[in-house]
Amino acid sequence: MKNKAGREFPIHIDGLKSYRPYAGLFIEPSTPVRMAGKLLCVGKPGSNKILNSLTEAIEATCLHDGMTISFHHHFRNGDYIIQLVMTAIAAKGIQDITIATSSLNDCHDFLIDYIENGTVTALETSGLRGKLGAYLTKNPSKLKRPVIIRSHGGRARAIEAGDLKIDVAFMGVPTCDRFGNATGQIGKSACGALGYAMLDSRFAEQVVLVTDNLIDGYVFPYSIPQTDVNYIVPVEAIGDPAGIASGILRITKNPIQLILAEVAAKAIEHSGYFKNGYSLQLGGGGASLAVGRFIREKMLKQQIKGGFGVGGMTGVFAKMLEEGLFEICYDTQTFDTTAIQSLRENPRHVEMSASFYANPWSPGPIINALDIGILGATEVDLDFNVNVITNSNGLLMGASGGHSDIAAAAKLSIIVMPLIRGRLPMVRDRVQNIVTPGESIDVVVTDRGIAINPRRDDLIENLRNRGLNIMTIEELQGLAHKLIGKPQEIPLSQEEKDIVAVIEYRDGTLLDIIRKPL
Amino acid sequence: MQTIKKIATVGFEETNDALVTVSPQKAGQGITVELISTVKRQYGEHLELIIIDAVKQADYTDVHVEVRDRGAWDYALHARIVTALSRGAEQ
Amino acid sequence: MMFVPGNSPKMINNAEIYGADTLMFDVEDSIAISQKDAARMMVKYALKYLPFNCETAVRVNHVTQTPFGMDDLKAILPSKPDLIRLPKTESVDEVRLVTNLIEKVETKEGFPEGSINIICAIESVRGLYEARAIAKEKRVVAIALGGEDFIADLRTQRTAHGIELYYARSQILMAARDANIQAMDTVFADVYNLEGFRKEVTDSKDMGFDGKSVIHPLQIGIVHEIYTPTEQQITHSVKVLASYKDAIANNRGVITVDGKMIDGPIVVRAERIVAQAKAAGVWIQEEFNHEE
Repeated sequence: MKNKAGREFPIHIDGLKSYRPYAGLFIEPSTPVRMAGKLLCVGKPGSNKILNSLTEAIEATCLHDGMTISFHHHFRNGDYIIQLVMTAIAAKGIQDITIATSSLNDCHDFLIDYIENGTVTALETSGLRGKLGAYLTKNPSKLKRPVIIRSHGGRARAIEAGDLKIDVAFMGVPTCDRFGNATGQIGKSACGALGYAMLDSRFAEQVVLVTDNLIDGYVFPYSIPQTDVNYIVPVEAIGDPAGIASGILRITKNPIQLILAEVAAKAIEHSGYFKNGYSLQLGGGGASLAVGRFIREKMLKQQIKGGFGVGGMTGVFAKMLEEGLFEICYDTQTFDTTAIQSLRENPRHVEMSASFYANPWSPGPIINALDIGILGATEVDLDFNVNVITNSNGLLMGASGGHSDIAAAAKLSIIVMPLIRGRLPMVRDRVQNIVTPGESIDVVVTDRGIAINPRRDDLIENLRNRGLNIMTIEELQGLAHKLIGKPQEIPLSQEEKDIVAVIEYRDGTLLDIIRKPL
Repeated sequence: MQTIKKIATVGFEETNDALVTVSPQKAGQGITVELISTVKRQYGEHLELIIIDAVKQADYTDVHVEVRDRGAWDYALHARIVTALSRGAEQ
Repeated sequence: MMFVPGNSPKMINNAEIYGADTLMFDVEDSIAISQKDAARMMVKYALKYLPFNCETAVRVNHVTQTPFGMDDLKAILPSKPDLIRLPKTESVDEVRLVTNLIEKVETKEGFPEGSINIICAIESVRGLYEARAIAKEKRVVAIALGGEDFIADLRTQRTAHGIELYYARSQILMAARDANIQAMDTVFADVYNLEGFRKEVTDSKDMGFDGKSVIHPLQIGIVHEIYTPTEQQITHSVKVLASYKDAIANNRGVITVDGKMIDGPIVVRAERIVAQAKAAGVWIQEEFNHEE
């Protein structure tokens, strides 16, 4: 079966639901879908949610073989929760667990052992990296079914639509009161917004909060309400603060990143979207932050005031908010200490759930109003399809994240990436894997030239004669090939047992398959 | 056609560079290549051709070329090989 | 003019991205002695095979004071760099040695005459005394100040206000203008001190220097910014040229713009500003509306 992005896949893959093929950006579901929900239960007065250990929580939730559990990734590379929970689960001899987390990081490489011994048999996540990513790329059959990769908005949809049913959500929270109201804004392990956790807590069958700051007082404002919470487990530490939030984020000094950012900022300036009241999303990476800096300078110089900022929030945005350059910032995940403080102190820095952020199956996630989005990429192809999850060797090393969500919704979506990394061209005939379809990408900014999607006559017109080195995507590829030659394609296994992962589009259709390289 | 007199090494195992070692072989063995490369899957065949070509252009034979490549572009690989051969030819 | 270490293929690969007007590949002081041969070949093949759109220059080793210089030239000239930079130039004899070799190579390779020219770096007191004669040599299209070595020769050190290089800068500028060639200022090593860099570039531009050597991409934008005429300057210059053109056409004797008289030197300066602006990519609306 072939989908609209030109990718082929089998009609049915063992262990997975039957997928409809990707058919476009904003397609209605084929049959009406009602919002899923958890079983209602009677809460008794005077009951105590606080348990002494994760083991007790596992018993209380009746966690057993075959269940699906979830985590969030607000603690990034400083997370301790998954390890704490998995240790307790394995100690009870529980097996065949599906982990459906919002994403995974390098600190989760230990999951390899749990996969090896059968404790974990399936994964659903936005990203896979490090040793775990490499292990699964090379040993797809160690899991009982392929990994399901979803974007943040796609995961929100899947949960709300009942595609992803979570039996127990183990949510690490920096501060919690004895009733179960929780926040990420304060505490020794503060992480800022709890956008993913808010969502899981609302829909998971049972919710266990794990905290290292259980207070006697009252948590207000709360991100997770007590009405969503079944149990609370206090622990010594939920994460490493240094890994949870970066200190003051320094703008990159890497000259290539700066050139990329400067060019991207210039393209934004002349795009036609850079005017009073415009909205902006910046990522968390080096080039993105630098774009923020250049945009801020242009806003100050041209006296342009923005409407809303959105995304994973960093100090760059927090500063612009404070300066009044934007009216409001919507935050689903907070990256650094400056932004965490802003969330806490600035009433115009607002927390939102992943669903509010990017769920395509709602009357309107905030990104539907977004003007400009800056995104990265591992590769781009001649159809403007984007890969952010595998590298040119087919190795899992990234995450879908909010990429395809933002690209689809933003009026102007810009990819920023070097044309050549090492000795590999980043503009391919076909990307290794598609995470974001080309019809949602408008501009590709590289360090050696810019390509504009031919669908966008308006942008081609606006960016002409601005001193930007504009060329077709084929010419951009040609430039790379002229310098380093055309690479051979790497052979991939076509056997079904070697399917590493499926990439779901935001609406739950099948966009691409990650196969094991031979 | 020349031959080299001793083993010689040039370059660095760093991004976009290659560590090239040339060693003399018995007469009649021609040019042999051993390539380790971070982009072997994508450019392996191409790089081997570049290596042999560079040695031929410099007019050498009976030499074994070991290359530990980290994504050197063609011109850089060519430069390292020529330099290595030149060092190998010195007394 | 951005320095690029000749033995670093990674830097060579990215060199053109940063927008420098001239890339100067170095096989001299940034290269260890044990790597001179490697750097030489790297630059030779880089120039031969990479498609550079900007001006290319190579700083070779000293042709008489080191054993490397002549080998550098013999290897690299056939790859047709636009410029050869001679370090620590102290006599016209050194320059003529190089000029002869260039002419031979141009003939042998079939390059048009004048394909490869020379920029001489003055880096010592002796060199400074010879600067006037060096600047007048054929093929020498620019002279540059090599500040670090010069300061060492003077037995002093770098200061923020730059008085230690004031005389050398002035003399080099004089020599350049006397020979009707360009003058390039020395590098500023403290890369992340952008404010200090900005001041130095402004000062040397005000003195009359045509450009600056840079060692880091971060410095390029600042040089371009300072050397690009301001909107005000451009508007005024366009007005001056328009009035001048008008006066000539209508045979008027005295020309005034904005209440000030303009004469020869002012027109020449206006022409230069417009030329600089165009070179910097500024779009100029040359509408000659007459305002009196």
